[in-house]
Amino acid sequence: MASNFYRILSSKRNVGILSLVGAGSITGAVLLRREHVTASAHVRRTYPASAEYPDLRQHNNCMASHLTPAIYAKLCDKSTPNGYTLDQAIQTGVDNPGHPFIKTVGMVAGDEETYEVFADLLDPIIRERHNGYDCRTMTHPTDLDSSKLHSGRFDERYVLSSRVRTGRSIRGLSLPPACTRAERREVERVTVDALAGLSGDLAGKYYSLTQMTDAEQQQLIDDHFLFDKPVSPLLTCAGMARDWPDARGIWHNNEKTFLVWINEEDHTRVISMEKGGNMKRVFDRFCRGLKEVERMIQEKGWEFMWNEKLGYILTCPSNLGTGLRAGVHVNLPRLSKDPRFSKILDNLRLQKRGTGGVDTAAVGSTFDISNLDRLGQSEVQLVQTVVDGVNYLIECEKKLEKGQDIKVPAPPKGN
Amino acid sequence: MPFGNTHNEMKLKYASAKEYPDLTKHNNHMAKILTPAIYELLRKRQTPSGFTLDDVIQTGIDNPGHPFIMTVGCVAGDEETYEVFKELLDPVIQDRHGGYKPTDKHKTDLDPAHLKGGDDLDPNYVLSSRVRTGRSVRGFCLPPHCSRGERRAVETLSIEALDTLSGDLKGKYYALKNMSDAEQQQLIDDHFLFDKPVSPLLLASGMARDWPDGRGIWHNVNKTFLVWVNEEDHLRVISMQQGGNMKEVFNRFCTGLTKIEKLFKERKHEFMWNEHLGYVLTCPSNLGTGLRAGVHVKLPNLSKNAKFEEILKKLRLQKRGTGGVDTAAVGGTFDISNADRLGFSEVELVQMVVDGVKLLVEMEKKLEKGQPIDAMIPAQK
Repeated sequence: MASNFYRILSSKRNVGILSLVGAGSITGAVLLRREHVTASAHVRRTYPASAEYPDLRQHNNCMASHLTPAIYAKLCDKSTPNGYTLDQAIQTGVDNPGHPFIKTVGMVAGDEETYEVFADLLDPIIRERHNGYDCRTMTHPTDLDSSKLHSGRFDERYVLSSRVRTGRSIRGLSLPPACTRAERREVERVTVDALAGLSGDLAGKYYSLTQMTDAEQQQLIDDHFLFDKPVSPLLTCAGMARDWPDARGIWHNNEKTFLVWINEEDHTRVISMEKGGNMKRVFDRFCRGLKEVERMIQEKGWEFMWNEKLGYILTCPSNLGTGLRAGVHVNLPRLSKDPRFSKILDNLRLQKRGTGGVDTAAVGSTFDISNLDRLGQSEVQLVQTVVDGVNYLIECEKKLEKGQDIKVPAPPKGN
Repeated sequence: MPFGNTHNEMKLKYASAKEYPDLTKHNNHMAKILTPAIYELLRKRQTPSGFTLDDVIQTGIDNPGHPFIMTVGCVAGDEETYEVFKELLDPVIQDRHGGYKPTDKHKTDLDPAHLKGGDDLDPNYVLSSRVRTGRSVRGFCLPPHCSRGERRAVETLSIEALDTLSGDLKGKYYALKNMSDAEQQQLIDDHFLFDKPVSPLLLASGMARDWPDGRGIWHNVNKTFLVWVNEEDHLRVISMQQGGNMKEVFNRFCTGLTKIEKLFKERKHEFMWNEHLGYVLTCPSNLGTGLRAGVHVKLPNLSKNAKFEEILKKLRLQKRGTGGVDTAAVGGTFDISNADRLGFSEVELVQMVVDGVKLLVEMEKKLEKGQPIDAMIPAQK
């Protein structure tokens, strides 16, 4: 996979760049190896680091756990080539102390180089958030060959719907916390252009948030596709809602089973979904669609942000690697009341959410069950984990129906 | 939000037209004045502290406005903003402040002896009197742009200065992040406590960053003189009391402000001020005096009169609900204050409020008795 990216570093890359006015190198363009990045431009400062160090005593997020005064002093006067600073990256974590039960990440990336320039802070955060993944020594496997998935059809008496989502960033353009209006519009243009080339069951249409009609808006709401201006302070404090709704939009195929969000929390969010339990078909379409879109942007000289250490680069460090969340809405009336439910989920490397998404509670006994992990395992591995895990949960539910006992599965090796 | 030094340079690689904001649905002063030509001219500039054009206008882009209320849509990140971006801000100021020209001079007058009357507003109608303004400490960036170090330095300076006040101005500082539950409750009960801003107008300009670091409330023992530190401006200074003795409120206001300014000067700091813009504050709407003098007054009859708005306009007054800006009046009790900030001195503005409220109360009394008020309607001030 990596060799494809090396090949792209040719004159084709500049085709997209020449649409930008002005000479000068777009320094973000050619970064595949971490060693190549140098923390450039110093930041204007009047006060010493100790006077600027944030007060994190009430805080409980990954950034607060790892940002020592020493690390702050080392990094506070550096910026990425685009001018993104440490203070900006951590602002969301400073402004949102967190919750005693939920540990948020507390920082974001403004561009691809953020992960290099501020590695002294991000590496330990990544290690904590992603189960000890050490990006200095490990490599992340990318595998979008959906033919490898087996047993991907669930019992539809239990599984109501199946969904896989991920994100993709366009290399060379800043991420939502830092992008300029021109960059954001360029992300929209590049992506919409590529999506327009999709055909067959993937043929679809783009709905720009600035231009949609009332009727289109209502239809998108009814389909549960429309995303709103972010209200969560985790996002607004990171600057992701600037210039709303400029250059934001939703694309979906005519069949409403493949959906792309543009310029919400990431450059793009890609979603494959359908009612019922055919996760295999969902994942097939997911991989096919992603590869098609990638091929389209490459034809125009663009590529996704990716490297072999961190996989796909996204705004939030929690979404590095695959950025993938594969999940189902599943009915588990008996199992969900069993005291061993949480432990079973833990050992299966799954998490539960309410059917309204993250931070919602389950309604009745229908849960959103998805993979916990994002980085360190491939897409195929993670979806297989969900398939195997959900099948196990359904078996447990069936056993409980018959009055039989269930077993808590052993945790995966190494946990 | 404060980007690094190279961010604006990076933006310049894109054509101005590609960066120009979409303001087609917008209704604020900034959107009325900004053109692609002005944008192209100003986007290359930054203030010495690195505040850029996009920083100035972000709040106006993110908040298209309201068809009936015209917001300003831009903020200053430091004193130099008003100079560096004058091609945008001068017309905005002109539009907002009744035609105030770039060559006009603003008069400052904080001598309370110049106020005539104002000690006899009828307390049966006037429930409370209040004067507020803001002050910025020269040499520090303003709330949209300041770093944590700067904000803390402003706080430290302010506490040092306020701690030396004496007599009826002697008081205590309550830092937002150190306050006990009991202190917090007391401040809420006194209606002194300010919250983290929720208005998107403020949030979009970056003023709520690092909350509650460096923020606090100081008030005197009598609870009649109050200073907010690092909320929307470096300092907001408020003098208030129950009843209609605006003269006393204004006396205390001027005395307190003058003392505070002297204490800052002793510490080698002065307030941002110049003879064109008067006191320099974060929002262009607060330039000049930054002063809002107002009363809570019962006008149940007058407020139902068809000529109420016209009378207020002629008197150069504005009405708000008693919850402050953007609230509705409850039971005929209004917050009535001066509409102007720039181009009139402090004394002149408070005089307008004193004279105007006196007239409004007389009209209210006439209407109570069923008598007409047409002959009392004043000429445009």
